Amino acid sequence: MDLRFTDAQPTAAEREAVESVIGPARVDSHQRVRTASNLRIFAKGMQSVADRRHLLLPALEAVQSEIGWVSEGALMHICRELSVPPAEAWGVATFYSLISVDPSPPVVLHVCDDIVCRRVGALELMEGLEANGQTPNTRWLPSPCLGQCDRAPAAYIQRAGEDDQVLVSIDPRTRPIGPDGSVVAANGQQESPAAPQAGQAHLRILRRVGTVNPRSLDSYLAAGGYRALEEAVEMGPAAVVAEVKASNLRGRGGAAFPAWIKWEAVANSPEPVRYLICNADESEPGTFKDRVLMEDDPFSVIEAMTISGYAIGARKGYLYIRGEYPLATRRLRSAIHQARDAGLLGESTRNGVSFDIDLRRGQGAYICGEETALMNSIEGLRGEPRNKPPFPTVSGLFGKPTVINNVETLCNVLDIVADGGSNFASVGTPQSTGPKLFCLSGSVRRPGTYEVEFGATLGDLIELAGGLPEGRRLRAILLGGAAGSFVLPDLLEMPLTFEAASEAGVSLGSGVIMAFDQHTDFGDILARIAAFFRDETCGQCVPCRVGTVRVEEALARIRRDPQPGDLELIEEIDLAMRDASICGLGHTAAIALRSALELGLLE
Amino acid sequence: MTQPETTETANTVSLTIDGSPVEVRPDATLLEACRQMGTEVPTLCYLETLTPVNVCRICVVEVERNRTLVPACSRIAEEGMVVKTDSERVRHSRKMILEFLGSSVDLSAAEDEVGEWMEQYQADPARYGPQSEPTAAGERGRRHPGHHGEVNGRTAEGVHQPTKVDNTLYVRDYSRCILCYKCVEACGIDAQGTYAIAVAGRGFDARISTEMDLPLGDGACVFCGNCIGVCPTGALMFRSEWELRRAELWDPDAQSVTRTVCSYCGVGCNLELHTQDNRIVKVTSPQDHDVTSGHLCIKGRFGYDYVQNLGDVDRSSIDEVLAAARRPAPE
Repeated sequence: MDLRFTDAQPTAAEREAVESVIGPARVDSHQRVRTASNLRIFAKGMQSVADRRHLLLPALEAVQSEIGWVSEGALMHICRELSVPPAEAWGVATFYSLISVDPSPPVVLHVCDDIVCRRVGALELMEGLEANGQTPNTRWLPSPCLGQCDRAPAAYIQRAGEDDQVLVSIDPRTRPIGPDGSVVAANGQQESPAAPQAGQAHLRILRRVGTVNPRSLDSYLAAGGYRALEEAVEMGPAAVVAEVKASNLRGRGGAAFPAWIKWEAVANSPEPVRYLICNADESEPGTFKDRVLMEDDPFSVIEAMTISGYAIGARKGYLYIRGEYPLATRRLRSAIHQARDAGLLGESTRNGVSFDIDLRRGQGAYICGEETALMNSIEGLRGEPRNKPPFPTVSGLFGKPTVINNVETLCNVLDIVADGGSNFASVGTPQSTGPKLFCLSGSVRRPGTYEVEFGATLGDLIELAGGLPEGRRLRAILLGGAAGSFVLPDLLEMPLTFEAASEAGVSLGSGVIMAFDQHTDFGDILARIAAFFRDETCGQCVPCRVGTVRVEEALARIRRDPQPGDLELIEEIDLAMRDASICGLGHTAAIALRSALELGLLE
Repeated sequence: MTQPETTETANTVSLTIDGSPVEVRPDATLLEACRQMGTEVPTLCYLETLTPVNVCRICVVEVERNRTLVPACSRIAEEGMVVKTDSERVRHSRKMILEFLGSSVDLSAAEDEVGEWMEQYQADPARYGPQSEPTAAGERGRRHPGHHGEVNGRTAEGVHQPTKVDNTLYVRDYSRCILCYKCVEACGIDAQGTYAIAVAGRGFDARISTEMDLPLGDGACVFCGNCIGVCPTGALMFRSEWELRRAELWDPDAQSVTRTVCSYCGVGCNLELHTQDNRIVKVTSPQDHDVTSGHLCIKGRFGYDYVQNLGDVDRSSIDEVLAAARRPAPE
C-alpha cells in the first residue's frame, strides 16, 4: 500500500477534533514525508494500520460535530493519521447523510418529512423554511424518519461545536429556529415524555421507564438493577445461554430470529475473540421503541449487554446507535461511565466479568441497521451489507464470531435470567414468547410505545392508544414500518404474534402500528415510502439500486395517469428485488407499496 | 509431523445442478461448479483474478431451501445442494437486472455477451421510458445522500454524463459504468495496491470517484491502467480508443493482436498489442498469464510510443486522431 495524500492541511480546531477520538497525532501534518518513527508499516506491520481503520467514522463524526463539515484538510489529516487511502475515506464520508463534505453553516436543521410527520405539518413547516430561505448561519434539509412519530413533527439539529438536539411537537406555523440558529421558544421540548403506560403494575420491559431515574445508577440499583447480572454470574455462561434457549426469545428488530441460535453458535465457537453488538440503529420509519428504552432506562441496556457478553464469551461489546438520537446517546454514555466507575463494566468488574462497551454513533444511513452493514460501518468501511453466508455468528465484526441483537431483544434478557427462561416462555404464545413493544402512531389519540403480551390483537393496541380521534374512521394500518405492509381494518382481530402475522402474509417487523383514517392521501404516503427506499438503498447491488428508482417512477406514473402495465411492472420489479438483492432492504422495499395497491388504497 | 493423505473422494463435494450430479473441490463456488459441467452462467462483476463482490447479481441461481436466489460467483458449493440455473425465477431476475442496467447505463461498448444476454432473456430496457437528460459535468459527483429531486415517471433516470477526459492516457466515461467494483478492486486490494478510486455517494447516486472527485493526475493514480483492463462496459477506455471511436475510425475488424513480452524490465509480463493500420491502439495482457494475471504497470500499458517513433513509416489515416489523444484536453 503506497498512499498518496494531497497537501491540504487541517485547521487547529480540526486537528483537535480528530485528536479527541484517535489520540495524539502520529504524523506531523506539516510534513508530508513521514519519518521512521511515525511511518505506517515500520514497527507493527500492516496490522497496526488495519487496527486503526475502525476509527475512521468516529474521526469524521468528531470533525463534523465540532466544525460542521469535513474539509479536504481535515479528511487528509484523518487519512494520514489512520493510513486510510483518501479515496476510500471520501467514499465513507459521502455515504452518510449527516456528514457534509461541502462548507456548511454552523446550524443544520434536518426536518423529518416522513410518513407521520408529513401528515401533521412537516410539509407546511418546510414551506415556511423554504420561503424564509437559508441564512448564513442556518440551513435546513429534509430528513427521513427521526423516530419521534409519537411527538411529530420533529426535527434534528446539528450544531457545530455544541451538542446536537431534537425538536419535537413543532408548531408548523412557527419558525423552529431563528436566523442565528437559536431555538425559537415554544418549540424544542427535549425531554422524552414517559411511555403512556408508565408506572402500570403489569409492565415488564417498560417497568422502569418513567419510574427510575435514567441518569442515576443508584436509582437503577435501588430498583433491582444489576441483580440479573449477579444471577448470571452465579449460573455461569452456559446456563445463561440455556435459559435464553428455554425462553424462546425471538429478535425484536424485525426478522424475529431466535436469539439463542446466535448465542449458542458464538458461545460454542472455537475462536477465542468474539463480539457482541447491540443494534440501536433504530431507523425503520415509525419505530421509536428502542429510543424509549435507551432514553428512559439506559442502564438496563448496559446490564443486558454485559450479561450477553458474559454468556457468549465476548470481552468487547459495541453499541451502535443512530446519530439522530442525541438524548439517548448522552444517557447511554453517562450510564456506561457510571457503570465503569462502579466496577460494573470494564476489564475486570467486581462481578469478575471482563466486558466493556464502545458506543458508536451512526451518521445518517438506514441501511446501517442491517447487521452486516452495521459491522462494516464500525470497521470504517462503507455501510454496505455483506453477502451471507458466512453469517455473523461465524464471521462477523472484524471477521470474528459475533452476536448482534436489537435493544429490545437484549433488554428481555434481564427478566429471562432473573425469572428463568421457562417463566418468560409462559408469557405470550408458544411461538411468540414474552412481552412485546409496539410503536403506535398516526391517527390515534395517544401515540406512543406500548407494551403488551404477545397475543394481544391489532384492535387491542389501537384501543390502548385511545382509538382514533373523534370523527375519524380507520381506513388502513401500516404494520411493521416502511418495510412492512398495509392491512385493512378486517385484520383488527388478528393476534399480534409472529405466527398469526405470518399466516396472514404480513410481518410484525419492528413493531410499527401506524393508523390511517379516511382523510389519508395514500398516494402521497406511497410516494414517500418509494422515495425513502431509493434514498436509503446503499446502491451496491443492481436490483435494489435501480429497482427502487424504477418503482418510484412507476408509482409517479400511476398517481398521475395510470397506464396499463404499470401495476404489473411494479410486481415484476418487486419480484426481482426480493429474489436477487443482497439484503433485506431490497427484499422488502416494494412490499408496502404492493400491499397498498392490492388493497386498493390508491383508488 | 506429516499429515495423513486424504483420499480424493473425501475431498470433493457432490451436488446437483439442473438435474445432473456434479463433484467439485470443497471450496469451489457454484459458478465454478457450473463451469466445470459446461453450464453457462452470465457474469458482469465477476473476474477470476478479483475477489467476488457479488453486486451485479446477474449470476443468481436458485438453490433449494433458500428463500432468495443466491449469487453463483461467491456462494460456496455444499454437499447435497440442488441448484437450478435456468428456472423461471432465475430467468426473471436476470432479465430485470439487464433491463435495469440497459435503462440506466450506456451499454453500447460493453462486452459482446451483454447484447446476447439481452436477447436470450428478452430484456426490454425501453419499456421504462426514454432516458433522462444527461447531468452536467461534475453534478453527480456532488450529490449528497438522503434526498433527491422530484420524480415524474416520464423518463427513466440514468447515469448519463459527460466523459471525464483529464489526462492523455485514458478516459472515464461513467455513462457506461454499471458499478461492478472491478476497477476499485484492481486499483486496490486485488492487484495494484494504489487505492486511487473507491465507490462514493449512496444509492442511485453511488459512483466511482477519486477523493474529492479530483482529476486523476491530482490524486493517487499511478496510471497502470489495470482498471481499464477489467472494465466490462468500456467506461474506462484508452484515450486512443476513445478518440478513434469519436472520429468513427475505431474498427475492431481491422485490428490484429500480437502477443509479445514487455521489454522494460526482467519480470516477463506478456503484452497483447492491439494494432490497427499498423499502429498500436491499445495494450492488454492475457488474464491467464502467470506473471500478470492481466495486470500491467504504466510502462507496459502505455509506454509503447517509442515503437511508433521510428521515422519513415508511411502516414496512416489514424495518425492525426492518435496525435489528438496526446493532447491534454479534447477539442
